[in-house]
Amino acid sequence: MYLADQIRFNGQIFMRHRVRTGLLLLAVGLGVASVILLTSLGEGARRYVDQEFSALGNQLLIVFPGRKETTGGSPPVYGTAPRDLTLEDAMAMSRIPSIKAVAPIIAGTTAITVDNISRESIVLGSTPEIFQVRQLDVSQGKILPDRTRSEAMAVCVLGAKLKRELFGHGRAIGEWIRAGDRRMRVIGVLVERGESLGMDLSDMIIVPVRTAEQMFNSPGLFRILIELAGNADLPRTERRIKAIIRERHEGDEDITLVSQDAMLAAFDNILATLTLAIAAIAAISLLVAGILIMNLSLISVSQRRREIGLLKAIGASSTQVRQLFLGESLMLVSLGSLAGVIFAWSVVWIIGRVWPVFPIFPPWWSMPAAVGTALLAGLVFSLMPARRAAALDPVLALRGQGGRGG
Amino acid sequence: MIELKGVNKTYQVGETPLRALREVDLTVQEGEYLSVMGPSGSGKSTLLNMIGLLDRPDSGSYLLDAVHTETLPEEQRARLRGEQIGFIFQSFHLVNRLTTLENVELPMMLAGVSLGERRITAREVLAQVGLEAWSGHHPNQLSGGQLQRVAIARAIVMKPRILLADEPTGNLDQASGQEILSVLENLNAEGITLLVVTHDLNLGQRARRQIRMVDGLIETDTSVETDMSADHVPG
Repeated sequence: MYLADQIRFNGQIFMRHRVRTGLLLLAVGLGVASVILLTSLGEGARRYVDQEFSALGNQLLIVFPGRKETTGGSPPVYGTAPRDLTLEDAMAMSRIPSIKAVAPIIAGTTAITVDNISRESIVLGSTPEIFQVRQLDVSQGKILPDRTRSEAMAVCVLGAKLKRELFGHGRAIGEWIRAGDRRMRVIGVLVERGESLGMDLSDMIIVPVRTAEQMFNSPGLFRILIELAGNADLPRTERRIKAIIRERHEGDEDITLVSQDAMLAAFDNILATLTLAIAAIAAISLLVAGILIMNLSLISVSQRRREIGLLKAIGASSTQVRQLFLGESLMLVSLGSLAGVIFAWSVVWIIGRVWPVFPIFPPWWSMPAAVGTALLAGLVFSLMPARRAAALDPVLALRGQGGRGG
Repeated sequence: MIELKGVNKTYQVGETPLRALREVDLTVQEGEYLSVMGPSGSGKSTLLNMIGLLDRPDSGSYLLDAVHTETLPEEQRARLRGEQIGFIFQSFHLVNRLTTLENVELPMMLAGVSLGERRITAREVLAQVGLEAWSGHHPNQLSGGQLQRVAIARAIVMKPRILLADEPTGNLDQASGQEILSVLENLNAEGITLLVVTHDLNLGQRARRQIRMVDGLIETDTSVETDMSADHVPG
């Protein structure tokens, strides 16, 4: 029996049982599509995080005040509050040769007012280095001047969105704004850019670090961003930073260092695991589809008893009968998988169009995994019905409806 | 060509075993025309299924062309069925989703004959039974007599040497029944070995050799000389 004949023969069965076939195709298609779509979302999330991190530049180290370790419980070894991380600490770090740039950050919120328009915004107090470290650029005006490394100045750089909110399409450079109780002149507007690590920089205002210190009346830094030199040895640099802090903080190493690579690896790990878990959950729907195939195949075998008997009488071997039934399932699963793959890719494409920021993309393994699982489930769950069909006694099967003696 | 020796077959029907065939000995020559008659449950269908290789004897032997078939593996028996034997059933057993032509092609499809060749042969055979105009119709559009003619076309499309008909006219009216029987008899006249199981005495008596079965035993085996026997020489 030719494969083409078998395909035509099964095709005629599908045409005959359109509803049954349609439902099975739907079940398999949805299963395959859900595996591909869900893993695409997981992979998209991973890529999104990757993309965000690489937007930060390659070799980045973030210094947080305080040390992340178990606290509470027995009497605290270190005081209840961590020692502040200060601007002087940041300056000391900048003297390490393997460090290219240090951007200390003081953060707070305050109302920004222009004429009668007021907007609550996050204020980042920093040095000109922040533009280098976070790869920021201005679309108009200029960045913070070099003097702001050590002095307070009444100047600021506005995020693109904040500028629009306050000035509309009008000119902002050279205008005066009020931030809290201080007046300052707008010297630059940031280039429009999406969110970065959950911080919407376009809705912030960047001021000199000393100005922020005065505004919020606190010498404590929110964090320090450090860009390492291209050939820097990360562990060595971390050790040196800790040594400086120990020296300056009376022996306490009360900072937490997080390297970009470590964060990226952690996220990567979490998201990859999550994607796999999602895929496994989605694969359950394929299992359900497999069980559906088995049920409907069993019904089909008992409905087609007489036909099976006839096929055997006119020369079909048990092997051929088994092949016919297995082939029927595999054909269904293949068609369903094809439909599912096409559907999933269309949805991925549409999401990519509608929401370009999110890099949704099916991981390379998701399609073979989805289709493979579907085929495997189809095969495994149709083995039993096919075997039952092959084992039918032709004499009894032909009698099917009974009513004949002798 | 067909040689049954001491064939026994017992079916378990509920609690009691039913001896469908008891020590049946039967020899059929090529080209013979046999009718098998007998009451319900006498074992005539079982005999037919046995000869058609659909059933295996519990004991005894069945030689087809001097080959012991009872020990052949199922695959080979299936191939012999496909190539040597044509079945005709009381209830036609056509596949409703297939057209007349496709039904006739079915044995060739299973045997691995290419589509082009199948089409030609199936059309020829349909023409032989006078249904060439109905090749594109589905079984539910045909009358009983036409259905049985399609079934005959399907049974002879592989050019078998043995034609086994189990109550071929049982579901047909008198006229169609006569017509079907003459189609079968014409095939026999062309040399095919024909076995017809029937409980209709009138039909059974048209055969040159008549077997009567009771309780799994061959009760009588009579050969009748008709003028048709002059047409060919039993081989």
